[in-house]
Amino acid sequence: MLSKSQARVFFLGGTIVTFAIFLGLSWNSLSREVPKRTHEKNLTAQVIRGKVLWEKNNCMGCHTILGEGAYYAPELTKVFERRGEGYMNAVLTSKIPWQPRGRKMVAYGFSTTDAADLIAFFKWIGEIDLNGFPPKPEFKK
Amino acid sequence: MKYKSQKVAYWFFALSMLLLVLQIVYGFIMGFAHMGFDGLHSIIPFNTARAVHINLLVVWLLSGFMGAAYYIIPEEAEIELVNVKLAYIQLITLALVGVTAIVGFHFNIWEGRKFLEIPRQLDWLVVVNVLTFLGIILTTLFKGKKRTTTSLVLTMGLVFAALLYLPGMIWFDNQTMDSFFRWWVVHLWVEGVWELIMGGILAFLLIKITGVDREVIEKWLYVIVGLTFISGILGTGHHYYYIGVGKVWLIVGGIFSALEPLAFLGMALFAIAMYRKGEKKHPNKIALNWTLGTAIVSFVGAGLLGLAHTLPQVNMYTHGTLVTAMHGHLAFWGAYGMIVLAFISYAMPNLTGRKLYDSNRGILAFWLSNIGMLGMTVAFGVAGVAQVYLERKVGIEFGEVQKEIQVHFFILVICATLFTTGISLFIYEFIKYGRPSDEALIVAADTNTTN
Ligand code: HEM
Ligand code: HEM
Ligand SMILES: [Fe+2]
Repeated sequence: MLSKSQARVFFLGGTIVTFAIFLGLSWNSLSREVPKRTHEKNLTAQVIRGKVLWEKNNCMGCHTILGEGAYYAPELTKVFERRGEGYMNAVLTSKIPWQPRGRKMVAYGFSTTDAADLIAFFKWIGEIDLNGFPPKPEFKK
Repeated sequence: MKYKSQKVAYWFFALSMLLLVLQIVYGFIMGFAHMGFDGLHSIIPFNTARAVHINLLVVWLLSGFMGAAYYIIPEEAEIELVNVKLAYIQLITLALVGVTAIVGFHFNIWEGRKFLEIPRQLDWLVVVNVLTFLGIILTTLFKGKKRTTTSLVLTMGLVFAALLYLPGMIWFDNQTMDSFFRWWVVHLWVEGVWELIMGGILAFLLIKITGVDREVIEKWLYVIVGLTFISGILGTGHHYYYIGVGKVWLIVGGIFSALEPLAFLGMALFAIAMYRKGEKKHPNKIALNWTLGTAIVSFVGAGLLGLAHTLPQVNMYTHGTLVTAMHGHLAFWGAYGMIVLAFISYAMPNLTGRKLYDSNRGILAFWLSNIGMLGMTVAFGVAGVAQVYLERKVGIEFGEVQKEIQVHFFILVICATLFTTGISLFIYEFIKYGRPSDEALIVAADTNTTN
């Protein structure tokens, strides 16, 4: 039967080997795949300002982006493609809570420049190669 | 209780219980908001409630782990904690940092990254706090007479958990990178190093409760934590399917994360087998319930419900829906909520010297909270599956779908009430035990075997 010291070798050995592989794969992803798939050349100062606003206001506390966040409000990865600039600008600059179907969004009342930064951020997000996420509905009329 | 300094654990448990209550309050706010009752929107919008709910969860669990460590390490190392006063200071600063963060969330002061919402400046205070904690634990262990496997695994889990907090503190311009490293914290915590903490505490409880030989228990502990890391580290890939990194993660993440349930299965089989094998009949039935309960419910919530959406083909549809919330609740509850409550149930009679461990109220607390949480899981699950189908398959607008599934949140709130009743009974018992007392030391010395 397995002895305690063999069990310890299994633990330490397994950990070191899988961790080394994990680091290697991560390095490969971050240095080679991410710049291409996320179109890093389009990551302008405006997009970055948009990301700062996204984080500062905890938009992820209601919405998801890249499928991560909360489940209270719509997925925003493809929002630029879905709604377009005009609609988004109206939502972001609104001084009363936006509530198309009864559920309220916080009334941020962003300035038009802040709104433009966020829209640039969403446009950049929407262009990332996500292996096919979000899925296209199959039964859509 | 064998060492006076173990008493500090009590205060960490008390803090833990207080924060659990607050967490539940904010859970109800969100449950009602999902039903359409958002009367608090202008004061506590959903994102505030959510940040408070999940951060309080993490802090009450950490406080529970720290309390458990302050209790376990002296007993395993056979020495008093090196600096009790510092441990109390660490407790108070932990509470202060936690409260400051929570208050800030009500004033739009945060970093909107799920689970890592605490703003950067406070992160540094968290780091100092945790270093203090680790300093006390490590010096005690180092000076102690013994370094058992149980105490080493527990300590290793705590040290790695602290290290893994750091990748979450780096700013990235690129959202994909941001997400990539957020998972080094969130995933490698709950499906990696926290399992070491859980395993260490579980092993300690099993040694005490079942009386099975330490060598046997600790051998299996190594096997379980080995399985955890072998599957869990590369299993991180199940969060990398659709965030903008390459296709290799679909394969690596799919295969290794599908193996993750083995560690939880191991934990469940291990606890049941040791219970069967044990000759000693420990009188603390409530602690026994929670100990076996955590091993089994974590397998269901983390293992089975995790497996249910971990393959890329499934996750494509369920990613970022209420299905995730279903799994998140039962996994966190089964693995980490219940292990903390198990440890508290075990430690309270020893800390206070009052042996209230055959009260019906305690047993009822166990069943009500578990049945309530199971019901909540089903409600989230039904809502989630309906959401996936209507939104991602049929293509109905998000808001329309949410209206269709509102009714499930009514069920959720009913089950949450059951859950809360159970927790209230647990806390009632906790309060009835009263404060820890040095007299418990003498009692313990007489009846060493039942400690
Ligand atoms: C009265 C009890 C509770 C209620 C009503 C409740 C309700 C909720 C709701 C509505 C959400 C947000 C889902 C969304 O984003 O739309 C949530 C999130 C969450 N809750 Fe609870 N909760 C309760 C107790 C708990 C407990 C006891 C735990 C852990 C042991 C827990 C862990 C979590 C976690 C981890 C999340 C984040 C899930 C995710 O992002 O996928 N909750 N809860
Ligand atoms: C105690 C252990 C576990 C806990 C506490 C836990 C908790 C969670 C939480 C809170 C999330 C949402 C995280 C976020 O979006 O930020 C999540 C996501 C996920 N978990 Fe777990 N989990 C555990 C174990 C597992 C296991 C063993 C598996 C697989 C077999 C698994 C599979 C998944 C998957 C696939 C997701 C992503 C869901 C999505 O795409 O939206 N989990 N888990
Ligand atoms: Fe994970």
